[in-house]
Amino acid sequence: MTAHTSAKTPAGGSGRSSAALTVRGSATGTALAAAGFLLVAGLAPYVLYPVFLMKVLCFALFACAFNLLIGYAGLLSFGHAAFFGGAAYIAAHTVKEWGWSPELGLLAATVVAAGLGLVFGLLAIRRQGIYFAMITLALSQMVFFLALQLPFTHGEDGIQAVPRGLLFGLFDLSQPLTMYYTVLAIFVGGFAIIWRTVHSPFGQVLKAIRENEPRAVSLGYRTERYKLLAFVLSASLAGLAGGTKAIVFQLASLTDVTWQMSGEVVLMTLLGGMGTLFGPVVGAALVVTLESYLAATSLPVPVVIGCIFVVCVLLFRRGIIGELLARMPKRGG
Amino acid sequence: MFSLLGVPSQVLFGQLLLGLINGSFYALLSLGLAVIFGMLNVVNMAHGALYMVGAFVAWLLLTYAGVGYWGALVLAPIAVGLVGLVLERTMLRRLYKVDHLYGLLLTFGLALIFEGAFRHQYGVSGQPYPIPDLLKGGQNLGFMFLPNYRGWVIVASLVVCFGTWFAIERTKLGAYLRAATENPTLVQAFGINVPVMVSLTYGFGVALAGLAGVLAAPIYQVSPLMGSNLIIIVFAVVVIGGMGSIMGAIVTGLGLGLLEGLTKVFYPEASNIVVFVIMAIVLLIKPAGLFGRER
Repeated sequence: MTAHTSAKTPAGGSGRSSAALTVRGSATGTALAAAGFLLVAGLAPYVLYPVFLMKVLCFALFACAFNLLIGYAGLLSFGHAAFFGGAAYIAAHTVKEWGWSPELGLLAATVVAAGLGLVFGLLAIRRQGIYFAMITLALSQMVFFLALQLPFTHGEDGIQAVPRGLLFGLFDLSQPLTMYYTVLAIFVGGFAIIWRTVHSPFGQVLKAIRENEPRAVSLGYRTERYKLLAFVLSASLAGLAGGTKAIVFQLASLTDVTWQMSGEVVLMTLLGGMGTLFGPVVGAALVVTLESYLAATSLPVPVVIGCIFVVCVLLFRRGIIGELLARMPKRGG
Repeated sequence: MFSLLGVPSQVLFGQLLLGLINGSFYALLSLGLAVIFGMLNVVNMAHGALYMVGAFVAWLLLTYAGVGYWGALVLAPIAVGLVGLVLERTMLRRLYKVDHLYGLLLTFGLALIFEGAFRHQYGVSGQPYPIPDLLKGGQNLGFMFLPNYRGWVIVASLVVCFGTWFAIERTKLGAYLRAATENPTLVQAFGINVPVMVSLTYGFGVALAGLAGVLAAPIYQVSPLMGSNLIIIVFAVVVIGGMGSIMGAIVTGLGLGLLEGLTKVFYPEASNIVVFVIMAIVLLIKPAGLFGRER
């Protein structure tokens, strides 16, 4: 994959004209894509069920955060559920038990996820490749056991009936539309941070590390620091997504810290396209849609998810957006 | 009867025995993982699921075909090994030329399929599997009571582990295997059929998991979820031991099982996470693992 992969399509697909534009090519293209996405996302709750859309947005942010690591730094974390689910517990606990406002609860969730990410990162970046994946998986399983045993998480029950509260003391989040636009704002903010990171000199160094780490080291970059910072950033945004999900669904439960959840975010990113900005959004939307569809049938969800995994890995490793980009004629840039 | 730090010896040795049994399973599974990883450079995420399949094959044989424990002990690993051969031939083989992470993702998908399918068919509750008549009862060792079956599991897994170690480190076939791990192209140039060897290695590795599954069936219940929680601990064991050496995998597996047993006696709340804590400490001190080498 080259640095030209920054072309994008809005998730809703607002026409071919914006799809063919590359970010490098024109700033207006980016603006168009962003405007198209905002238009679609802004009108969507009048067509679709808001809770479903909020779930998609939470998982989309989670997958984008994960993609920052695998797609741009080449690090496969198999333990991102620890940040997502762990932060959900923090948000739920601070808001419900301590009576914090939702924005403070989300801030606490993000900060705790960042701290957890720092600890995980410090340990995991000592090894590479598949060991990195196994270490993050093992550490996240530790978080799972903690969530199962610590008193404040209430074990199997989870933290239920979390009040949505008043955002900044002004906006009543128990109104579905207010909640939806808040989640949309959080997603757009998180996505903007990722976009900015990927297109910064820092992001270029990450790509260099992904392509050839010894070379990056020989050029004088202290790659551990770059990888660690990317890891912490990814963990914080995953935490923000998890915290938001806890507020939306008024629930923090063990489901969000299991290794299956870590696998699910890998699948969303893989399906949409690793290393593409919009791929994880598409992947998350597809997986969430599929799961809510399957829930009404008798088909076992894990089997279907597993089959998609196998098909993705064997047949289209670039993912949906990745394949689209690869088939599009390259524009000069 | 004596007691240590306020813990009666019966409890202490009982938990140590449980730890040793868990350790035997860690050793068998991490051994298979290490053999597969050495040859294929694939972390077999489906290992836990295939361990579960091994136990289920034994249970199905007993329930529907009337084949008892000893028959299952031979048939189930063969069945799981054949499943492994098919998986390697049809899917894994296509991924050797791309990033190793895809092998991990593929086997993760396979693990979801196996687990989901068995869960869909048999539910989450465990199926009991009887201890074979020959191994019922137990021995009173004076300081503790040793059920025969548990003693058998420890002995059997030790024999299999050391047999595998011997086959790989001390026989001609093992020498080919080690050579092919180092440099497959060169070994192939010497006229050895490396692709077949790779397939057989995967088949053998997962057959070990199947065997562990049969051994585990009478101790734990046969349930679709029995593999998924175990395999993550085994990954931690592999990180601690390093995948460089066969003996490392065996020793680390047994040692960590014992340590887990000890933790259960003195601080039960931490017994679930002690292996992960050890992993973190080992990573800080010796990132390559106790028996590993950087690669």
